[in-house]
Amino acid sequence: MAGIIGYGAYIPRNRIKVEEIAKVWGADAPSYKKGLMLEEKSVPSPDQDTITMAVEASKRAIKRAGIDPREIGAVYVGSESHPYAVKPSGTVLAEALGATPEVHTADLEFACKAGTEGMFIALNLVRAEAIKYGLAVGADTSQGAPGDALEYSAAAGAAAYIFGKDHLLAETLETFSFTTDTPDFWRREYQYYPQHGGRFTGDPAYFKHVIGAAEGIMAKAKMKPSDFHYVIFHQPNGKFPFRVGEMLGFKKAQIEPGWLVSKLGNTYSGSSPLGLTATLDIAKEGDMILIVSYGSGAGSDAFIFRVTSRIDEVRNLAPRTRDLLDNNKNYLDYGVYAKFRRKIRKAE
Amino acid sequence: MRDVAIIGVGMTKWGELWEKSLRSIFVESALLAIEDAGVDRIDSMVVGCMSSGLFIGQEHLSSLLSDYLGQNPVPASRVESACSSGGLALRQGFIEVASGMSDIVLVGGVEKMTDVTGCEATFALGTAADQEYESYHGLTFPGLYAMMAVAHMHKYGTTREQLAMVAVKNHDNGSKNPLAQFPFKITVEAVLSSVLVADPLRILDCSPITDGAAAVVLCPADKAKAFKKPFVRITGTGQATDTIALSSRNDIAWLESTHIAGSKALAMAGRKIGDIDLFEVHDCFTIAEIMITEALGLVPKGQGGKAVAEGLTARNGKFPVNASGGLKAKGHPVGATGVAQAVEIVKQLRGEAGERQIKSAKRGLAQNMGGTGGSAVVHVFEAE
Amino acid sequence: MPTPSRYWREIPQRYRLEAGKCQGCHYVSFPPRLVCPRCGGREFVPTKLAERGKLITYTIIRVPPEPFEDQSPYAVGIAELDDGVRLTAQVVDCDFAALKVGMRVKTEFRKISEEGAAGVIYYGYKFVPE
Repeated sequence: MAGIIGYGAYIPRNRIKVEEIAKVWGADAPSYKKGLMLEEKSVPSPDQDTITMAVEASKRAIKRAGIDPREIGAVYVGSESHPYAVKPSGTVLAEALGATPEVHTADLEFACKAGTEGMFIALNLVRAEAIKYGLAVGADTSQGAPGDALEYSAAAGAAAYIFGKDHLLAETLETFSFTTDTPDFWRREYQYYPQHGGRFTGDPAYFKHVIGAAEGIMAKAKMKPSDFHYVIFHQPNGKFPFRVGEMLGFKKAQIEPGWLVSKLGNTYSGSSPLGLTATLDIAKEGDMILIVSYGSGAGSDAFIFRVTSRIDEVRNLAPRTRDLLDNNKNYLDYGVYAKFRRKIRKAE
Repeated sequence: MRDVAIIGVGMTKWGELWEKSLRSIFVESALLAIEDAGVDRIDSMVVGCMSSGLFIGQEHLSSLLSDYLGQNPVPASRVESACSSGGLALRQGFIEVASGMSDIVLVGGVEKMTDVTGCEATFALGTAADQEYESYHGLTFPGLYAMMAVAHMHKYGTTREQLAMVAVKNHDNGSKNPLAQFPFKITVEAVLSSVLVADPLRILDCSPITDGAAAVVLCPADKAKAFKKPFVRITGTGQATDTIALSSRNDIAWLESTHIAGSKALAMAGRKIGDIDLFEVHDCFTIAEIMITEALGLVPKGQGGKAVAEGLTARNGKFPVNASGGLKAKGHPVGATGVAQAVEIVKQLRGEAGERQIKSAKRGLAQNMGGTGGSAVVHVFEAE
Repeated sequence: MPTPSRYWREIPQRYRLEAGKCQGCHYVSFPPRLVCPRCGGREFVPTKLAERGKLITYTIIRVPPEPFEDQSPYAVGIAELDDGVRLTAQVVDCDFAALKVGMRVKTEFRKISEEGAAGVIYYGYKFVPE
């Protein structure tokens, strides 16, 4: 049986509130907050990017896994904000961890589900016994176009998972992926900001695929919503996870522990993976957890995990996600935020 | 080894010399020194310059400057040890004469710093630090000295006001130096309200970016009497190195290379620190002067701040430091500084220092250092 | 600015803080060297620096050199790590007013600078409050 042997999270300490963004664009902050169920989001410092966050999240995963990084056979970084268009984030990560040179690396991209893609691949390489341990990271510092609805939610964060067959903290019981070609949100090469189809990103995109993957995995595993202690859905805003949960038959209490978005924003490839880290931080032996990611374009990856007793030994070996989210915050005004996110045009 | 004398000195006004190139700045000072000496030939040239390559894209100064001085085919060398390049040039020239290798040696120092932007100049000066483990992280020279200041203030209680007093004293001296870049007085209030460069150092704690050159002519002491002016002997020279990176020093609030170089120079001269009448030291930043006075032994370790506050190093104090105005008021064209220190001391020992003359000065000491103290060169001078 | 080769050569130090411990006197050199500066020894054992330490000095750079123009003002400091080795790096995620000698810090992987919009990105270590 293969599963998770280590997990780690990283969230930058900077935040910006919805009100701060709304006032610059003349938008009605209360209605954005209510409509999106969003209060504030994380902002990376100029010296942070997908790679730096992936390194720190992965180091935390290694601490919990208690392994020698040289035994990591594969490193996958899923992001839609890789620092280079050509030159892998994975090689910097693998080098920083000391997993090189005997390691397979690939960078993945699938809008917000690139993190769970890496998890799917690492898990199955371990199951196939092609590698001993596999590391998968979902990390993003994505941008929303200034004044666009996505600017309120596009945030930064990273979650790392190490898969193996021994000393598991969570067994992987089942996986299911649901994929179609659906152009709901995209970014062409050389464009700085993505574009999206407005309300088209709802029912035919997010809801169709999340529901498709959730129903698919539950059918495959012969389980129903009440069999799960916790469920984590991709969190593009505060409302969608609760709505899809309700549509599927899940209760709010199952969703809340992994629901970080109102204070974090949408960390894209880190979104549901970070929600899972927060859930593992409080889970107990025997808990059943369902995670369903969503990536525009479009697709969802679903996983069912069952927590083992080892979670109690390792959860405190690295910072808890809620602590990273709630403590030591540094609030920015829009000017500093725009400077940090390079939205200000400087001299060539 | 033969005794070595300085028989001529030359220096033009320092500042932002927009109309002058490196070659013309050097040649003008060199010609003044040669004329002051009254020599009709030179046997060799040694030039100190830190970074002509980064500032103006020009290396091979040995050829360029001997050419433009009209001295081809005279042997010429360019030496570099960051901000102590000038002092190093003087030492190398001294060695050539003392060894008998050459009789008349022209020693010069020059730096042309204003043909690049402020950021580029900061970068060029930063090459005196550890590129991979200090400059790589965004450190600058004001930043490195600021860290030394913080450590010194934490360890000994040196105050912000004491640092400011160094700048005020040196401007007071520099206001009487017609060749200084900033020949005017400043106040402690002005220093404390000037813009921050690297906390706690403010712009008025820092020596400026300057274009300038200085030159001296050396010859064996037993031949010096033949020349027109009273000559000055170089009776001691000392040089030492220390770690390139500040973090590797045993004590980041102490200048060990200056301590060693100073001890060696004084030992060679057969003198104690109390025998010296005036000092020209490397006040690249105000904290540097405070630490140098301790390293040379003018004051006990940690007491440098107190000393300047008590006027010990003023022109009329027990140990006059930087009567020329120091790097702060005179300017700091990096490679020229060490040579200009010698020019000042010679003028003082000849009684030619005008309003800033130290009475009955017979012996002087110049201390020149590179980087955060990775190199130091000290010379002792005595009147004929 | 460093060329890729100059940066790449120091990666074991920049990414993993790999140092060399002298077999003779146990002095740890960072970066590793060929000659021990304490005893002149030539035999070393690879070692990694401690992750935590305390600041022994710091400053705030307000006039930056060329590649750091956009970052100013930023804090830098020298930390004495818990293994006795001293390290120089920027101090981030810390209000300037909170900086003090003796403050506990730990190392974190961050971007140091980049060669413009099209050049190599330089990574390395910085200090964050512990």
